[in-house]
Amino acid sequence: MTDSQVTETRTTAPLPYHAHGLGARALAVLATPGGAVLVLAIALLLATIAANPNFGDPGVLIRFLGRTAPIAIVALGQYYVIVSGEFDLSMGAVIAAQVVIAGNFIGEDESRIIPGLVLMLLLGVGIGVVNGLVTTLLQVPSFITTLAMMLALGGLVDYLSGGAATGNPPDKFREIGRGAIEDVPVVDVIPYPLIILTVLCVAAAWLMRRPFGRTLIAVGDNPDAAAVSGARVWRVKTQAFVLSSLASTVAGILLVGYAGVHPSVGQGYEFMAITAVVLGGVVLGGGRGWVLSAVAGAFALELLFTLLTALEIESTWRDSVQGLIIIAALAVSARAWTLGRGRRTSPPPKTADRPTEPTPGTNIGEN
Amino acid sequence: MRGLAERFGRLTSTGLVLAVLVVAIVLGAILTATEGRNFFSLGNVSAILVATSVLGFVAIGQTLVILTGSIDLSVSYVVSLTTVLAATTMDGSSGNVVPAVLLVLAVAAAIGFVNGAVVSFLHVHGFIATLGMGLIISGYLAVNYAGPTGDAPRSFALIGATRIGPVPLPVLIMLGCALLMILMLRRTRVGHQVYAVGGNPQVARLSGVRTSVPVITAHVLCSMLTALAGLLLVARTQVGNPTAGTQGQYDLMSIAAVVLGGTLLAGGKGNITGTLAGVAIFAVMDNVMAALQTDPFLRDAIRGAVIVAAVAVYARREIDRRPARFERPGVLDAALQEAK
Repeated sequence: MTDSQVTETRTTAPLPYHAHGLGARALAVLATPGGAVLVLAIALLLATIAANPNFGDPGVLIRFLGRTAPIAIVALGQYYVIVSGEFDLSMGAVIAAQVVIAGNFIGEDESRIIPGLVLMLLLGVGIGVVNGLVTTLLQVPSFITTLAMMLALGGLVDYLSGGAATGNPPDKFREIGRGAIEDVPVVDVIPYPLIILTVLCVAAAWLMRRPFGRTLIAVGDNPDAAAVSGARVWRVKTQAFVLSSLASTVAGILLVGYAGVHPSVGQGYEFMAITAVVLGGVVLGGGRGWVLSAVAGAFALELLFTLLTALEIESTWRDSVQGLIIIAALAVSARAWTLGRGRRTSPPPKTADRPTEPTPGTNIGEN
Repeated sequence: MRGLAERFGRLTSTGLVLAVLVVAIVLGAILTATEGRNFFSLGNVSAILVATSVLGFVAIGQTLVILTGSIDLSVSYVVSLTTVLAATTMDGSSGNVVPAVLLVLAVAAAIGFVNGAVVSFLHVHGFIATLGMGLIISGYLAVNYAGPTGDAPRSFALIGATRIGPVPLPVLIMLGCALLMILMLRRTRVGHQVYAVGGNPQVARLSGVRTSVPVITAHVLCSMLTALAGLLLVARTQVGNPTAGTQGQYDLMSIAAVVLGGTLLAGGKGNITGTLAGVAIFAVMDNVMAALQTDPFLRDAIRGAVIVAAVAVYARREIDRRPARFERPGVLDAALQEAK
């Protein structure tokens, strides 16, 4: 078949995915887990406004978005790692480490803000590289690599800070997290964190359409196939870990503004982020899901908490409701991906640390 | 005799884990000796054994779940729930011990059943299903219990305090459970199905295995073993503590112990002997660091480094043992090639 024939076939018989108009395709997208999270977020938003009309005020809403930006950024970082088929459990510890550095290194000295930021970003890159190389070159499952990184970093931070709040960075530094552009019409203010999140989202959407993003998804779907097709699996995965710890760093910088300096800042963020990403329809095990849906997942989760508060449900029940919603959402989305893909009956098996060839006689071991 | 030599000549993953444990004990003994203390003294050995028992129960259960390719993050909340339920039901009277134990085992079995059913019927990844279950239990605990509650009678506390020779009774119970689970994995149909489903669920299903059976069994057994860990904590402290599990970080530490014991996180390969050795490595490490009076915060950092180093050793071994097929260079070789 010659090239012209190929072109002709394409123009006369478009692929099923492109067979309909833009509107129909957009509707079809909403039926996938990645699109459904947008519907879920909007439904939660409307429900929250119904329960607490005050929330519908643009000024209140935009402040909510600003407050949620750090967790959304962490979810954005976790997305890269999850879509490549790995986990990052060290994000909370990285946030804590960066927050403590901000407190101890920058202190009250405004002239050290820039060197402090550089140091924090370098540390972020360093942690990502270590996570990535230990996972890819030493073949340690990322669950264990990042769990150990979490223990090690958490221990070091507690050791260095004595486990208590230390230092207090200058207000100019904290402005990054809690400041805003004032006197904007309609919405009153635009918080800096929201601007940072928007920039990161645009960058992420662009990045996922670049060769890097395409390779990342291919590697997450099937690392062996990707390697055979020429992808440098170890490099792409390491880059994903670097992006993830950089996202934690940015979240850490923003959180200093809100929460001040304490080693417990960022606790539980890694599980929050994984939940948000999975709620956004990204498949654990890798290879499937949209980056902006992960961010939408973070907002849906926070909206859910706001709704529970608005409904005056005891805050202690929040955990239970969150747990139920996650399981329900995942059960529904597992169905949706199955229907959407037709043949696939279960999520792809994790192949990262499974030997390609069974080694006879070792299954039972030497009990 | 020759068979024995062959067995030692061909070092399996479990053999490697046990070797690491021996190295840990020898190093530990030397380090403890530099502090002028005897590592092998009766008190110290029994302290190490006690330290293995609680995490041991949880890790045995976690091994079963991980072997099926799932994971259980709800164990620390199950421990907490068990301690409060048991302590409040016993309420200081010896007559209530048996009903309390039966109650918590039934509740734990129900939790495990729901976990397993959600994983196998609703196709929710075990990570999320059990994370969600953990959150649900955590909410229940937060609503109903503010702090330590209940009171275990003395007769129940004796279980934690009794020892036969240098070996505490809880350790014997834990080893008994381990033996039962080993027999189950090696001798029963469902045990073999656990490995089959963990190795490759599609292939197992096409070979006629009802994949939900081993997954649910593993989750139920895991929760029940975790409940035993909680009961042991009650026997030791005589109260129920709604934060007992999360403080002990049993979820992450049990997974670390399982992987340290040579079980593949993806499932299908590994065993309980390795897990017990993994738990023992942790106990020896903690004991030595306590003897050396290491800063408690620094201990976490050291623990993290040791976990990665140990797992990296096994992982490299797995790669080396794989037969060469396409003469494909290893990942490290590929990296070096690129660097040139």
